[in-house]
Amino acid sequence: MIERIRRMLVKEFLQALRDYRMRSTIFLLPLIQVLVFGYAVTTDVKHVALAVYDLDNTVASRDLISRFAGSGYFEIVNYVYDDAAARSLLDHGSVRLVLRINAGFQADLAAGRVAQVQALLDGSDSNTAGIVLNYSNEIVGQANFDALVDRVTRVLGTFQRPGQADLQTRAWFNENLESRNFFVPGVIALIVTLITLMLTSIAVVREYEIGTIEQIMVTPIRPIEFILGKTVPFALIGFADVLLITAVGVYWFEVPIRGSIPLLLLATGLYLLTSLGVGLLISTISRTQQQALMTSFLFFAPAILLSGFVFPIANMPPVVQWLTYLNPLRYFLVIIRGIFLKGVGLQILWPQMVALTIIGVLTFTLAVRRFHKTLT
Amino acid sequence: MKLVRLRAIARKEFLHVFRDRLSLAIAVALPLILIIIFGFALSFDVKHVPLVVWDQSETQLSRELISQFTGSPYFRLVDYARNYPELERAVDSGQALLALVISRDFAAHLESGRPAAVQLIADGGDSNTATIALGYANAVARGFSQQIAVQQVQQQRGLTLQPPIDLRPRVWFNADLESRNYIIPGLIAVIMMVIAAILTSLTIAREWERGTMEQLIATPVRGIELVLGKLIPYFVVGMFDVLLAVLMTELVFQVPLRGNILLLFGTAAVFLSGALSIGMLISILTRNQLLATQLAMVLTFLPADLLSGFLSPIENMPRAIQLVTYFVPARYFVTLLRSIYLKGVGVNVLAWEAATLLTFCSLTVAVALLCFRKKLA
Repeated sequence: MIERIRRMLVKEFLQALRDYRMRSTIFLLPLIQVLVFGYAVTTDVKHVALAVYDLDNTVASRDLISRFAGSGYFEIVNYVYDDAAARSLLDHGSVRLVLRINAGFQADLAAGRVAQVQALLDGSDSNTAGIVLNYSNEIVGQANFDALVDRVTRVLGTFQRPGQADLQTRAWFNENLESRNFFVPGVIALIVTLITLMLTSIAVVREYEIGTIEQIMVTPIRPIEFILGKTVPFALIGFADVLLITAVGVYWFEVPIRGSIPLLLLATGLYLLTSLGVGLLISTISRTQQQALMTSFLFFAPAILLSGFVFPIANMPPVVQWLTYLNPLRYFLVIIRGIFLKGVGLQILWPQMVALTIIGVLTFTLAVRRFHKTLT
Repeated sequence: MKLVRLRAIARKEFLHVFRDRLSLAIAVALPLILIIIFGFALSFDVKHVPLVVWDQSETQLSRELISQFTGSPYFRLVDYARNYPELERAVDSGQALLALVISRDFAAHLESGRPAAVQLIADGGDSNTATIALGYANAVARGFSQQIAVQQVQQQRGLTLQPPIDLRPRVWFNADLESRNYIIPGLIAVIMMVIAAILTSLTIAREWERGTMEQLIATPVRGIELVLGKLIPYFVVGMFDVLLAVLMTELVFQVPLRGNILLLFGTAAVFLSGALSIGMLISILTRNQLLATQLAMVLTFLPADLLSGFLSPIENMPRAIQLVTYFVPARYFVTLLRSIYLKGVGVNVLAWEAATLLTFCSLTVAVALLCFRKKLA
């Protein structure tokens, strides 16, 4: 039996890695993903393009504008002098925000009236727009506070300056709030799923499609040996990819890894039970590689989207949040991020490990059962 | 090119597509599932951020600050901590994303007109949520300071005051800042790329792998007829998906379609032919289904998802990556879709995007044809 499994493994490895193009894809795919997620997917909002529409043009209005320019959040890219120009900038998407200060701004302030300032926002990207609105409120809030003190001082002569709540913010686990620290570890889950799911399901189905399954049937190989032969190589490739991504993440992107790498590999092993199991299940319902590919995708896309990889689970509606408890990726991601960023160990992550084990064992057993049936 | 032969190839390929019920069902169901997930379940909107408070001051002023936090829709008080380890545990276990620490001398400092320290600790793991939550917290603290200042002045001098500057935000194109209005139009581009990646990338590789390509070559069919004939059925399936997606956006999610619907479908047709030709090109070059799949993922789906501005704005990316995005056709299409949907602008504003998309599409179709001819020879 050992000998047959060994032969099967050799055959599968040869098949997967024979083509140099295949070899390079198996390792290039993770590399490209890490690079893209490390560099391109950043939700940090800085240097927001701002157009100034200053109809007042006084010391007071220029002071407000310089507060925006000096905040570090905004970059003034344009000055406009009429509505049409403002509209066109927003239409083209060249600026996110037009700050419109009406004529009489300084006069209103001096007279103690409320001075209106309009913020015209491009809301099409709601996420960025929300953050931009926050920034603007913060700047105007500070300007207001200063103006208030100024006004009271002017009216009353001297008075005791009011106290301010001084909010000192600190981010734990990711001090500079860098997106890459959130995304790069997550790529591990993405790649392990993608590689093992597709390679496994396609590897089995290809035998059907090109007819070599008959040749395998007439050999003395047993179903369980066949299954091991079709899963172990891809599990090993999965482990290699985990190490590859970790290395690139840590040495290239300087993502901290504060927890234990053996624990990460253990969690990967538990998760592989599920993803290989699903891969096998898919191969039992597909007869062509195209079907296998599409079914894999049908599983893969919702699993990734509803895992918390990009979109936080806490923002989902309650019903969907309950559904995500069935999603093995959810647990895997919590473990990965816990190990990388928080440096926590089993004493905090054990519920996720238990969940992964249960889902993994169930899926894999089910897959092996069904697979037995289709094979015999 | 003979129309008869083109029709014959298209007919053969149609049969392939329609006979394979499972694949066809997925090709139709997948876009629907993606739209439903994105529309109902996914959102960047940050609300009810779980907050743990450690109030060392325990004064009326500190309770006032806390109630300003709990009164805002953005925060949800989950627990009071009485010491540092409790606070640490709440954040470590993910029970709270934010921890507010009000120092012992908070009230005294405020009353004597000094800055009163309040520490806010955020779980930075999810940097986006943390950034937004910190922004909200800043706004709450600012509002609190202002209120205290006004109160103190009133107490001192019996004056009534209003904040001097009134910032009136007016949000254009998406007045309620609904993230669904932002995401769903862009999703149409991603869906089309997926279809291209998983349908067309296999079509010619399959013929090579199964050996039926030799039979096709033996017929008088020409390269151009074969490639175009194979594209037509997938184009039909793809356009059907676009139609479904547009209907869903309109009827289920009520994303406003402010622009010209013909422009929408026109640009969609151009983009789809380009996307399908990329899939075809991959298929021609690899001759291996497994490899074609992996390449299609890297070359079509991934860029459409991540480098098109679909999920994160291009302007936030580093310069070098921004340059790369100019070669991602989905970038232009995502901009077109959003502008047509939310801004309602026409060709006059979108000329550059439309022209680039058209150029890209003609180029890929041409390259696919050329490569096929070379491979045959």
